[in-house]
Amino acid sequence: MSALDLINPTSGLYRKREPVFPRVVKGRFRQLKWAVMILCLAVYYITPWIRWDRGAYAPDQAVLVDLANRRFFMFDIEIWPQEFYYVAGLLIMAGIGLFLVTSAVGRAWCGYACPQTVWTDLFQHVERWIDGDRNAQLKLNNAPWTAAKLGRRLTKWSIWLVIATATCRAWIFYFADAPTLASQFVAGDAAFVAYATVGVLTATTFIFGGFMREQVCIYMCPWPRIQTAMLDEKSLIVTYRDWRGEPRTQGVKKAAAAREKVGDCIDCNACVSVCPTGVDIRQGPQLGCINCALCIDACDEVMGKLNRPRGLIDYLNLDDEKHERAGGAARPILKTLLRPRTLIYFGIWCAIGLAMLFTLGERARLTIDSAQDRNPVVVTMSDGQVRNGWTIKMRNMEGRPRQVELTMAGLPQGRMWTDAMDRKGAARSVRLNLAADATTRLHLYVAAPAGPAGETPFALIARPLDATPGTNDGREAARDIKFIRQ
Amino acid sequence: MTDHNKRVDEATGTNLVGHEWDGIEELDTPLPRWWVYIFAATVVFAAGYVVAYPSFPDVAGGTGWSSRGQLDEALKEQTAARAKVTTAIAATPNDQLVANPQLMRSAIEGGRAAFKVNCVQCHGSGAAGSKGYPNLNDDDWLWGGDITSIHTTLVHGIRSPGVDETRFSQMPAFADILSKGQISALVNHVRAISGQGKASAAGAQLFAENCASCHGTDGKGMREQGAPNLTDGIWLYGGDRASLTQTIAKARYGVMPHWAGRLDDATVKMLAAYVHSLGGGEANPAPVTASASTGEANVGS
Repeated sequence: MSALDLINPTSGLYRKREPVFPRVVKGRFRQLKWAVMILCLAVYYITPWIRWDRGAYAPDQAVLVDLANRRFFMFDIEIWPQEFYYVAGLLIMAGIGLFLVTSAVGRAWCGYACPQTVWTDLFQHVERWIDGDRNAQLKLNNAPWTAAKLGRRLTKWSIWLVIATATCRAWIFYFADAPTLASQFVAGDAAFVAYATVGVLTATTFIFGGFMREQVCIYMCPWPRIQTAMLDEKSLIVTYRDWRGEPRTQGVKKAAAAREKVGDCIDCNACVSVCPTGVDIRQGPQLGCINCALCIDACDEVMGKLNRPRGLIDYLNLDDEKHERAGGAARPILKTLLRPRTLIYFGIWCAIGLAMLFTLGERARLTIDSAQDRNPVVVTMSDGQVRNGWTIKMRNMEGRPRQVELTMAGLPQGRMWTDAMDRKGAARSVRLNLAADATTRLHLYVAAPAGPAGETPFALIARPLDATPGTNDGREAARDIKFIRQ
Repeated sequence: MTDHNKRVDEATGTNLVGHEWDGIEELDTPLPRWWVYIFAATVVFAAGYVVAYPSFPDVAGGTGWSSRGQLDEALKEQTAARAKVTTAIAATPNDQLVANPQLMRSAIEGGRAAFKVNCVQCHGSGAAGSKGYPNLNDDDWLWGGDITSIHTTLVHGIRSPGVDETRFSQMPAFADILSKGQISALVNHVRAISGQGKASAAGAQLFAENCASCHGTDGKGMREQGAPNLTDGIWLYGGDRASLTQTIAKARYGVMPHWAGRLDDATVKMLAAYVHSLGGGEANPAPVTASASTGEANVGS
């Protein structure tokens, strides 16, 4: 007993975690869970190692969040910081996607794809491999701390640590060139932030996956609460058909002989013993249920052995549950999946995705920005002309150097030059070489004859000189500015 | 707490707290034990933090850390990090500095910062100057606009007292030499050659006798002597009749301090680079002859 327990052991102010030792189970949903887990882990571990040729001026990693250089690469898509709204769009799609999934199939995210679920599942398989199944784990847990127990624990924790470290090593590869960082990391040359990230994430993976487990879902995660609000009477949730199972009876033959009413549930507790969060689904929908459907597999197995129909515990929505409870026939699942709410979510989801794809295809890869010198705005030159100045930023977002011609449209008497030139070279247009995938910053001067005070609007037009015919990379970038006289 | 609060929720078997909002009641769910432990740990951490770090006015923490000390460290680090560049700038001759775009960019940015501290008092934060203080953005230079000349001006100052190498010139106060009518004729002539009025033979005669030795026969000035070009559109003290009369009668004697010894070599050089970058900088070596400045003035007109 710890010190805090001694202060007030029976107050009920806090509750000790009940350890959960889920039994291994076989069945269709377990197989689905395997498939999703392998897919998720494979995508997660392999993605940073995929190479993608972008030419000499950009990294060749397919998916790269290049924080140092403020670029985000995803296959053929490159995002600059000011285009971050695409990431916001992705987040909105993720949000709508979760609405869609939740309204259709309930907490499927929690049950199959959530990292907490996937890594806990992985850790539990390691646990079974080292300690044995549920009963052996229980026995070992209650056994005194002997050398053998310590040995097993250390083995298990070591494997967990290896998995946790590998997990977090994979995470940092998304933020730098994976092969380079991998060798740097081993050699001890990687940045401190890489080691710190790996350290922190390893600790959280190890603790959350190995020890906290369902506590994360029940106490720490806001998602179950949000999902509770988003589920409706048509959402599929794991349901115990209590009208069929109750009254649950252990001594079926005896009870039948006594002419008592007998439900299909034989109270074998298989559903409870396989549950990764330790809930009893027969108590109805509850916060602790992550809808992983392993209890369905467990119950189906038992029903199979008893030659009773499967599905005493099954995916079912609340509407159909009422309908079946009243004696109605089971309805096809597809009907509950395709309904206005899910279709609207799906429509919105697709619309956002298509809109983003469209704008991605249409977005400018050459832009010009300007900031007019404000102090002083107007400079009188020795020849009596007046000069304005601008800081110009030209963004060449393509992975190749470009040559553009900057031309003045309007202000016919104006002549311009840059800080790299002399006023002797002032003209109506200047040629600029823009570095690949970079912002070129320059100072632009325009001089024009003095005149009455006022503003004369004109435009700067940047025209690529190296456009490939038949593509849209010859698109001009324009900027409306004003020449000011005082 | 009353007995009312000890009611038990039927569905969960949990005590009710007694708070109720429109029929929704709050359960007295026990905290998880690990949460309580973490809470206790944060309290312990806070106690340690109060001891280790400054938590009360004028009481240093056990670790000796202070935000001022951290700032000092950061400044030291920055200075050390900049040392390589500032040393290189100090060691690079002016003409080579202009030819080195990367070093020049660093010099300009360093000069921008130093300008804000040392120069804005007279030249203004945008270096646009004011009456008596030259606008450094334009292409009119009293003592030369190439980086070497600007650097020389910065190092020795203009009419800086007690500095032998300072740039020095002195225009006489003509009130003691010429009559009011003659000064008025000179004013007319200066306005005429800068395109503001009609020329007269008397004015031209007076100018040739009294002014041409410094300002040149054509009035285009002489940079060797810091004599301004009187034919262009830029006036340090104003090109109107009253200002010109004042200038000719009483003369002007603007002073710029020398910066050698007040600022380190690298900073002075960076200031020169910054002023050179403001839009009027000329190529090195300096085209200091009158004809060269004529060519410049006609550009773009």
